[in-house]
Amino acid sequence: MRSQARTGPAALLALGAALLLGGCSSFSVPTVEPWVKPYERERLADPIMQFSRSALPERHVGHVREVREGSRGATGVQGGGCGCN
Amino acid sequence: MAATRAAFTLWRRLAALLGSLLGGLLAVGPARAADLPEDTAEGLLHVYTGGGVTAYGPAFLVRKSVADRFSLTGSYYLDAVSNASIDVVTTASKYKETRHEFALAGDYVYRDSRITLGGSTSHEPDYTANRFSLDISQEVFGGMTTVILGFTRGDDKVGKKDSPEFSDSARHWQYRLGVSQILTPRWIMSVNAEALSDDGYLGSPYRAARVFGAAVPERNPRTRSARALMLRVKGDLGSRDAFSASYRYYYDTWEIKGHTLELGYSRYFQETWLADAYLRYYTQDKALFYSDNAQSETTYVSRNRQLSTFNTAAVGAKVSWLWRKVPGKYEIKLNGAYEFVHFKFKDFTDLRTGDKYAHSASILQLYVTGTF
Repeated sequence: MRSQARTGPAALLALGAALLLGGCSSFSVPTVEPWVKPYERERLADPIMQFSRSALPERHVGHVREVREGSRGATGVQGGGCGCN
Repeated sequence: MAATRAAFTLWRRLAALLGSLLGGLLAVGPARAADLPEDTAEGLLHVYTGGGVTAYGPAFLVRKSVADRFSLTGSYYLDAVSNASIDVVTTASKYKETRHEFALAGDYVYRDSRITLGGSTSHEPDYTANRFSLDISQEVFGGMTTVILGFTRGDDKVGKKDSPEFSDSARHWQYRLGVSQILTPRWIMSVNAEALSDDGYLGSPYRAARVFGAAVPERNPRTRSARALMLRVKGDLGSRDAFSASYRYYYDTWEIKGHTLELGYSRYFQETWLADAYLRYYTQDKALFYSDNAQSETTYVSRNRQLSTFNTAAVGAKVSWLWRKVPGKYEIKLNGAYEFVHFKFKDFTDLRTGDKYAHSASILQLYVTGTF
């Protein structure tokens, strides 16, 4: 029983490997290439698709939230000062 | 034995697959040049009002390339604060003060990389904050992926008005890692992670805590470490409109856990109008040492409502109008933004009424942006 319990995860791993790589005949490693070519990125270059369009308003809202909420960071906006008394 | 061999083979193939992906990221596609940010001028008038606080002022930013590969950005930001918040009216008296912030940054591009070096200094009568930051972004995978690494170091001097004997300091470290990924010709996503560390005086010398109903100076730990992870996605919906969504998870060693969710919709109207609307929801758990009215003596105690259990719900809109455009020369846009936000505190009592505290606030921005 103990032996079966020990080989169980390894067998599952092997099964996962077969499922993961099974699509590739003879286990050849697929090559990944950029699938969106530069000439297909016109829509993404439009201002409507930018996460942030203007630095100053973003910095202002970032500061307003940072001094009122406990969470900070990972927004890409740099804060400064305190203004929190 | 057979299972062990299968697992070993799996690891080898997974390693080969990972190697292929990384190799593709770094090698596939022709060498591209990263772009300098556009030459820009921005002027902003901002107003925050709510909860007894009004903060307003102008801000300016100018970015200009000074060579093919180098540009400089300078900015100035002013906050004129009139504070009669609930903390102030229940434990002190209303006051006014002004904060000035100056920032300077340089961008340098080399092949697919962009390096940004920046510094800022912020001054108010009782608080000075200096920041230095370095960010490096690298385009890989034929320009489909951008990896960003960043670091910020901060030093603050904390004072107390009319108390020259009080003087303390705080230091801050921030480490950032971000990946922006083109998914399809219409969809893009980004993942940003940040580790933050603070050391020194991390409270306010004016704020009072309550212990057995009596007001005492707050006592905060002098260290705080935090982690934040943000996921964002944006998609072109095909009718000159776009959808965006973001989620951020935050936690720190003060045991604050925060969740931020934002959903947005953007749309062009005619050729010259761009409008955005968004909903934002934020919720957090209180810090370990936060108490509305502590019933035991502890080493640390705070009644800072920023550290309490609360949520905010906001709705906002932005409008941008293309005023002047001379192709290849310049473009000027007039913009307006407004956000209405409601704060609802679950364990912070309004001492004037005995009810749980809640308030609303407005954020207004009027700004001009020009690229040239």
